[in-house]
Amino acid sequence: MSTPTKPTKKTGRPLRSLSILALLVIALASAAFVQGATAVRLGLDLRGGTSVTLQPRIAAGENGKVTNEAIDQAVSIIRQRVNSLGVAESEVTAQGSGTNRQIVIAVPGNTGRRVVELVGQTAELRFRQVLASGPGTTSVGSGASVATGSGASVDTGSGASVATGSGAGVDTGSTATPVNGISAAVNAKYEALDCTKLENLQGTGTDAPTETIAVCDRNGSTKYILAPAEVLGRQISKASAGLDTQAGSAWYVSLTFNGEGTTAFGALTTRVTSLPEPLNQVAIVLDGLVVSSPRINEPIPSGTAQITGSFTQLEAQDLANVLKYGALPLSFDRGEVAQVSPTLGADQLDAGLLAGIIGLTLVVLYSFLYYRGLGIVVTGSLTAAALVIYLLVLLLGENIGFTLTLAGIAGIIVAVGITADSFVVYFERIRDEIREGRSLRSAVESGWIKARHTILVADAVSIIAAALLYIFAVGGVQGFAFALGLTTLVDLLIVFIFTKPLMTLLARMDFFATGHRFSGLSQKSSGVNRQTSTVEA
Amino acid sequence: MASVKGIGGRLYSGETSFNIVGNAKRWYIISLIFTAISIGTLAISGLHLGIEFKGGSAYTFTSTTATVEQARSAVAGSGISGEVIVQKVGNDKIRVQTGSLAPAQSDAVEAALTSTFGVQVSDIDTQIIGPSWGKEITKKALYGLSAFLIVILIFLAMTFEPKMAVAAIVAVVHDVLITVGIYALVGFDVTPATVIGFLTILGYSLYDTVVVFDKVRENTRSITSSSKQTFTQATNLAVNQTLVRSINTTVIALLPVAAILFIGGALLGAGTLKDIALALFIGMFVGAYSSIFIAPPVLAYLREREPAMIALAKRVNGRGAPAVISTPAPVDLAQRRGPRNQPKRKGRK
Repeated sequence: MSTPTKPTKKTGRPLRSLSILALLVIALASAAFVQGATAVRLGLDLRGGTSVTLQPRIAAGENGKVTNEAIDQAVSIIRQRVNSLGVAESEVTAQGSGTNRQIVIAVPGNTGRRVVELVGQTAELRFRQVLASGPGTTSVGSGASVATGSGASVDTGSGASVATGSGAGVDTGSTATPVNGISAAVNAKYEALDCTKLENLQGTGTDAPTETIAVCDRNGSTKYILAPAEVLGRQISKASAGLDTQAGSAWYVSLTFNGEGTTAFGALTTRVTSLPEPLNQVAIVLDGLVVSSPRINEPIPSGTAQITGSFTQLEAQDLANVLKYGALPLSFDRGEVAQVSPTLGADQLDAGLLAGIIGLTLVVLYSFLYYRGLGIVVTGSLTAAALVIYLLVLLLGENIGFTLTLAGIAGIIVAVGITADSFVVYFERIRDEIREGRSLRSAVESGWIKARHTILVADAVSIIAAALLYIFAVGGVQGFAFALGLTTLVDLLIVFIFTKPLMTLLARMDFFATGHRFSGLSQKSSGVNRQTSTVEA
Repeated sequence: MASVKGIGGRLYSGETSFNIVGNAKRWYIISLIFTAISIGTLAISGLHLGIEFKGGSAYTFTSTTATVEQARSAVAGSGISGEVIVQKVGNDKIRVQTGSLAPAQSDAVEAALTSTFGVQVSDIDTQIIGPSWGKEITKKALYGLSAFLIVILIFLAMTFEPKMAVAAIVAVVHDVLITVGIYALVGFDVTPATVIGFLTILGYSLYDTVVVFDKVRENTRSITSSSKQTFTQATNLAVNQTLVRSINTTVIALLPVAAILFIGGALLGAGTLKDIALALFIGMFVGAYSSIFIAPPVLAYLREREPAMIALAKRVNGRGAPAVISTPAPVDLAQRRGPRNQPKRKGRK
């Protein structure tokens, strides 16, 4: 903190600081230009749309804790559902921190109503026998069901093993001849099912556990007819991804069932293992979409199974997370649903901008009234800050998806006042130094050293407040906190590399250095030598 | 303007001085009365919570011809029970607020509004809040508040000194209590945006206090090495010296907030902007008051109880009486000084 205060060195290099700022602005502007970020991303409250905030909870009648993985899983399930609507720029995000997060869904335009119905339901995991499978389009060639699981089936150690067809499941271009127990209706539905269409990847609500169903897999490349559910996700007690080092770094997923699950899974595997393809596959269905459909190599009565195949680490962990999630599915409390019409959105944007302009003008006017010539410094600094903030908002919108909401605009406007406060602190310090009998040039430097500490501490408090608001935020609060934190950081930057150097430069000008009566630094303003200044007045 | 500027200089030199810290009792009593009223009102009538906290639905639509009565009867006709509030917002908007509704009931309300006033469903701005949502956000706000107070206590204790941190926190708690109390008293709606405002006050109120304390620290750095001032006097000088600064920072910070409040209230009628700005506007006033009248006196009270400061006060008060002048300070005093109170070399500023 104790900077040397030798009069010769202390002025710093004002021009260098100012050029650094100029370079920074140019860099930000060109980055924005290169990335094609020309417009600020506006929140739904400013352009119309529906936002739904959901609070994930453990489903009624279940015991356990909400885990981070479960929330991530829930986000991806809901994202899948929302994407199936095909609305551009829909967003599903988790906000807040840790297991205390909310899921926020934002859909622009008028499709909001459908979203609300779509997203609230609990996603269930079920195991169903595969009755038929084929490529996920309507144009199916006829032919016998010849299926070859492309994944290797590896028997490992003591646990019984289950081998999977690699991700996409069965890749032969064929449809099954109707198996016993498949009604004509289901078969027709299966024939007509086009998994390349988004609406068929919505999942939810299409998989009543007691029915034979025609569904797609998650990526829409394969479709299936599946038997009624025999094992439920809640009957899983453990699932994890592991690396089998003996078999040459092959990733696998192991899962353990509870008592009921062991019996049910044992019966299922015993029955299907000797059947021909694809009847010997068991589909793992989450939220009405097939996640994986491993082939059963042998009866598994022990309640412990391994799914092997050509998994990457990521795929194995994904599957394990799906299974874990299925063991304890989350239900979603509908926290808040807000639909804003485009008209109201536009009104709110106008009001926000108008409030900003009025606020800024008032601050500038007050600065000129009270600080006279120094008002130039305030105006210049606020302009520089506004420019940097605008460019940052553009870039953050492009790169991390930061959207400017009404609360965010309020945060920025409030920060204008806080930014201007740093200038007041500095100016008053300069005046203090002049009162101590220093010349302006030396007051600008020694006042800075004292003001700097105050500004750093005060801004640190603001940033801590913003960070904590952000962490504990709900919904729109985050936008406010982010904007407040961002502008406080920009304030620090501007005070250090713009306001202070500018003061150093101005102190060299006669207008300020001689204490012109409009400079804001006259002897009268500072209250020294009052005898002479009363004469002047 | 000229007189204001003149006063800045006089306050700095100490020629003009308001005895703020010395009259601590007066401010304590004022604040205690306000705090008591706040707590009393909170306990008796509580806060006027918006639907975000109670759960419920709100429907807003634009119609130049619709009246509140028409809307009320239309909603009543849709067969929903419970309390329904219908109000005119701004010039041409009607807002209907209901309790928690099932999705089918919500659709019925919208259908009633669309058929009665010929607006599209997509032009109705709706807000539907689940019944447990309020608990969730209240919980988070309280977490945020406690985390903030703890982190700030540690931060200020490290950058300044523990007693300053305590005094600053006392001032902040004072600000929040009184602001919330004003909300309970006047009956302003408390929405999540209001809570944002409350939490922001914490940061802002501290900003002002930090400015004052920084000066206090400067003025009292080597206070025990001389016998010119007691800690209370030095603190009072600091408060006076930063008075113009405090007023200016408050005015400048309030200007944009006032702009948001005006625009949000006049143009939009209700909503995020107005709610945040109102909470900030009230809170910043209270915050400015406490940074001058509460935080410094509390700090002075805490420091004056230190043995070194008691001794200093004796020396200062004893000046002028010949018998005391010749009495040297107790020898063992030096050992009792904390590291911060060690006499500093003169040249250092």
